[in-house]
Amino acid sequence: MKQYDVIVIGAGVIGCAIARELSRRERRIAVLERASDICEGTSKANSGIVHAGHDAMPGTMKARMNVLGNARMETLSKELDFPFRRNGSLVIMFEQEDILKLEELKARGEANGVQGLELLTPRQVWEREPNISREIAGALYAPTGGIVCTFGLTIALAENAVVNGVDFFLNHEVTEIIPPAKGAGSIAIGGYRVTAAGTQFEAPVVINAAGVCADLIHNMVSERKIKIVPRRGEYRLMDKNSGSMVDSTIFQLPSRLGKGILVTPTVHGNLLVGPTAEDIPDKEDVATTAEGVRKVMEMGAKSVPNLDGRQTITSFAGLRAHLVTEESKGSDFLIEEVADAKGFFDVAGIESPGLTAAPAIGEYVAELVNRAYPAPEKADFVSVRKGIPSMANATDEQRRILISKNPSYANVICRCELVTEGEIVEAIHRPLGATTLDGVKRRTRAGMGRCQSGFCSPKVVDILARELDVDKSVITKNGTYKGNQNSNILTGYTKGWQPKGEDNGKDVLKSSEKEVDYE
Amino acid sequence: MSRRREDIVIIGGGPAGLAAALAAREAGIRKVLILERDKELGGILNQCIHNGFGLHTFKEELTGPEYAEKYIQMVLEQQIPYMTNAMVTGIEVLENNDKCVTAMNKEDRLVEITAKAVILAMGCRERPRGALNIPGTRPAGIYSAGTAQYYVNMEGRMPGKEVVILGSGDIGLIMARRMVLEGAKVHCVAELRPYSGGLKRNIVQCLEDFDIPLYLSTTVSEIHGKERVEAVTLTRVDEHGVPISGSEWRVPCDTLLLSCGLIPENELTIGLGAQMDAKTGGPVVSEHLECSVPGVFACGNVLHVHELVDHVSAEAEKAGRFASEYVLASESKTCKSEVADASERREEGWE
Ligand SMILES: Cc1cc2nc3c(=O)[nH]c(=O)nc-3n(C[C@H](O)[C@H](O)[C@H](O)COP(=O)(O)OP(=O)(O)OC[C@H]3O[C@@H](n4cnc5c(N)ncnc54)[C@H](O)[C@@H]3O)c2cc1C
Ligand SMILES: Cc1cc2nc3c(=O)[nH]c(=O)nc-3n(C[C@H](O)[C@H](O)[C@H](O)COP(=O)(O)OP(=O)(O)OC[C@H]3O[C@@H](n4cnc5c(N)ncnc54)[C@H](O)[C@@H]3O)c2cc1C
Repeated sequence: MKQYDVIVIGAGVIGCAIARELSRRERRIAVLERASDICEGTSKANSGIVHAGHDAMPGTMKARMNVLGNARMETLSKELDFPFRRNGSLVIMFEQEDILKLEELKARGEANGVQGLELLTPRQVWEREPNISREIAGALYAPTGGIVCTFGLTIALAENAVVNGVDFFLNHEVTEIIPPAKGAGSIAIGGYRVTAAGTQFEAPVVINAAGVCADLIHNMVSERKIKIVPRRGEYRLMDKNSGSMVDSTIFQLPSRLGKGILVTPTVHGNLLVGPTAEDIPDKEDVATTAEGVRKVMEMGAKSVPNLDGRQTITSFAGLRAHLVTEESKGSDFLIEEVADAKGFFDVAGIESPGLTAAPAIGEYVAELVNRAYPAPEKADFVSVRKGIPSMANATDEQRRILISKNPSYANVICRCELVTEGEIVEAIHRPLGATTLDGVKRRTRAGMGRCQSGFCSPKVVDILARELDVDKSVITKNGTYKGNQNSNILTGYTKGWQPKGEDNGKDVLKSSEKEVDYE
Repeated sequence: MSRRREDIVIIGGGPAGLAAALAAREAGIRKVLILERDKELGGILNQCIHNGFGLHTFKEELTGPEYAEKYIQMVLEQQIPYMTNAMVTGIEVLENNDKCVTAMNKEDRLVEITAKAVILAMGCRERPRGALNIPGTRPAGIYSAGTAQYYVNMEGRMPGKEVVILGSGDIGLIMARRMVLEGAKVHCVAELRPYSGGLKRNIVQCLEDFDIPLYLSTTVSEIHGKERVEAVTLTRVDEHGVPISGSEWRVPCDTLLLSCGLIPENELTIGLGAQMDAKTGGPVVSEHLECSVPGVFACGNVLHVHELVDHVSAEAEKAGRFASEYVLASESKTCKSEVADASERREEGWE
């Protein structure tokens, strides 16, 4: 039995933010994650928008956490070195009659404490954003809106948590939780016993940050059942050629036609269009559909008519953890100690704006825990973290310095995003380092560019095998909840293959092979 | 940072780059340098171990590596310098119209090379899945045919066992045969168009001889499988390429190879500000194969996708000659103002 003071279930942005905040105090913390890497759930597939905070109803947790999270993001991005840009956002409307709705949104935002909201005329919008449709009737401008690298944020939080002593257990799916036994006067004896991947963990405090599966975890300990419905959103990611079509994030005012599709630049200079919204039964189903990607394009073009579907470099989908509630007023984040499970905290229903809210949710949950389960402050808490240096973003001078320290920063592996061997090796050897192609991709962007890893994947496979000291046949694309044994890149050897014994992972063809035409 | 000065820099050491270098040397240009990002010269030919190359140029049927080898030998004989593992990351036009090419490699680290002329010979890349917009899951087991060819022919590794191929271009056809010969099962080749884009001889020798069905007017409409590909849905399409609903069928497989077209690799060209041709995907060139940026020439697959390597070589020789003419003409001009020129260069710190 592994003993901890706190167990966090789920290593998405929320679990990682909470773990980091909790690690400011003297306590033993374990994060249990079923996937083989952090950031494999919803936190890897969303819009990456740091919302200003005008959408949620005043007084809700969503509103509070959104505005506070937005305010924290800039400082955090400097502390933990991840890409963030305050690019501002526009909610555009197409019918003059919608002005009331836009004004309502502005009033709501102001009630939530959003600064600087401003109604713009079409002309003012076009001055800022010349590629926006001539059909618009006006817009609400939010200067505090921003964009963030969703992987960058999540990974930074997790790495920093590790540095501050948090233990992460990857490939550890929680399958059972046994609440503490009740002794005389219902005093809890011992803590929650959590089973994950055949290992027993015990802690008096458990935090449920399991995303779309948070209902399953909650229902293991509470009689008051909750239900989370996965609400899928599909996207198209466009080539960097299209990246400057808009500078701010462009939302559409929800209308009779639906919730609207956003068009936004990403922090890396691509253009993202999406998401759709569709409730689905399967908590794992992140497949895209022909209908979805078509709709994304059609609706996106309403905002930016010159959008070119041929510039799509990939499409993907993510699942919102939509909490089903009886009230009709829409669901809120559920962040509380569960009434009939003392010491068990839900952080559930964290759909949008969960990414924005993550820094605030981390602080808030830490406060809840600190109050009920106090622990002394850590004298040596490390609040800063440095990211992997990026050759693509470096100036000539910085490149020169990086390369002179380590020549493998001159060996380009991913041509589309200019990612070098040095960056990939570092991504593998960091705390919670990459073990899969997708892990390398999320940490360095190798394979994220326009050729979508066609060129670099064999090279990245080689580097992974070499650095992890395994044969490349065991390298996988990703690891899902079953661990990572099934997403192999390679399935075996050709007939002419001969291993070169001592040279692990770097097998060569028989020297005669290239000369004979043996077909 | 090291600096070099050349007359002509050639970007890409595939058949186009090699032939251009040889032609430039033959035209009397002394300082020619080939920059290649791969670990060896030869370009895409290195992984094309089937035969069918060189019928025009050498009047014999060679494999890709054999064809490349002939040019590499000539380059070595001519002692034309080259750098491998050297990725060119940018080209700039200097005030005096010289070009400054920046490259990176482990040994030489950052290199800046000034040259009078540049020949673009970067080849092309394959169209990836995203650009095809195939709906479904995103598991392992989806490769462009060229990536699969690299694993099989260069690394001796198999990327899958049960294969469906989308696209009937020559790379797809050749990979169908290759995968079968290496022990995989190739279920079919699906082609969106009502005809195959590949050579007739490849359809016969790579598909028919191996009883691999070719479904025309058919596409992959969905990919299934969470971790590794488990199946694909094939659908017939109408004359506009639109899937005909009700015509779907599911083919279990663990691998989908995509052979759906090649795109000239023109990031550097676009970065340089050269005018592009939307049709070919390459730069707009004059009859001298010169781009809209004077002194920058293009040849081979970077200009437009060629079917035969022999045509690439022939075109590249021309580019090499035209670039040489450009250099010689500019030299005779600079002779007059040589004194001024040299002092200027010293100030800038070149050489
Ligand atoms: C389409 C879409 C667009 C969005 N856009 C935005 C946006 O622009 N801005 C914004 O602020 N927010 C946005 N969001 C919301 C935001 O992405 C989420 O709120 C946030 O990522 C949720 O993080 P999480 O850590 O709760 O969930 P996740 O990232 O899903 O993490 C949960 C983790 O728990 C793990 N887990 C589950 N079950 C178990 C188990 N039994 N044992 C162990 N581990 C388990 C999972 O593997 C997963 O890694 C969007 C969401 C979607 C779907
Ligand atoms: C699978 C396949 C089968 C084929 N079969 C036949 C056949 O049977 N018969 C036939 O005649 N032709 C065939 N071809 C066509 C022939 O191989 C090509 O037309 C030819 O290789 C193109 O030559 P290239 O030099 O333009 O491009 P490439 O061979 O692609 O060479 C370009 C080179 O430039 C380098 N490069 C690119 N960018 C940079 C940079 N930024 N810095 C440094 N270096 C860079 C690349 O690494 C590459 O080595 C086939 C092609 C393929 C892919």
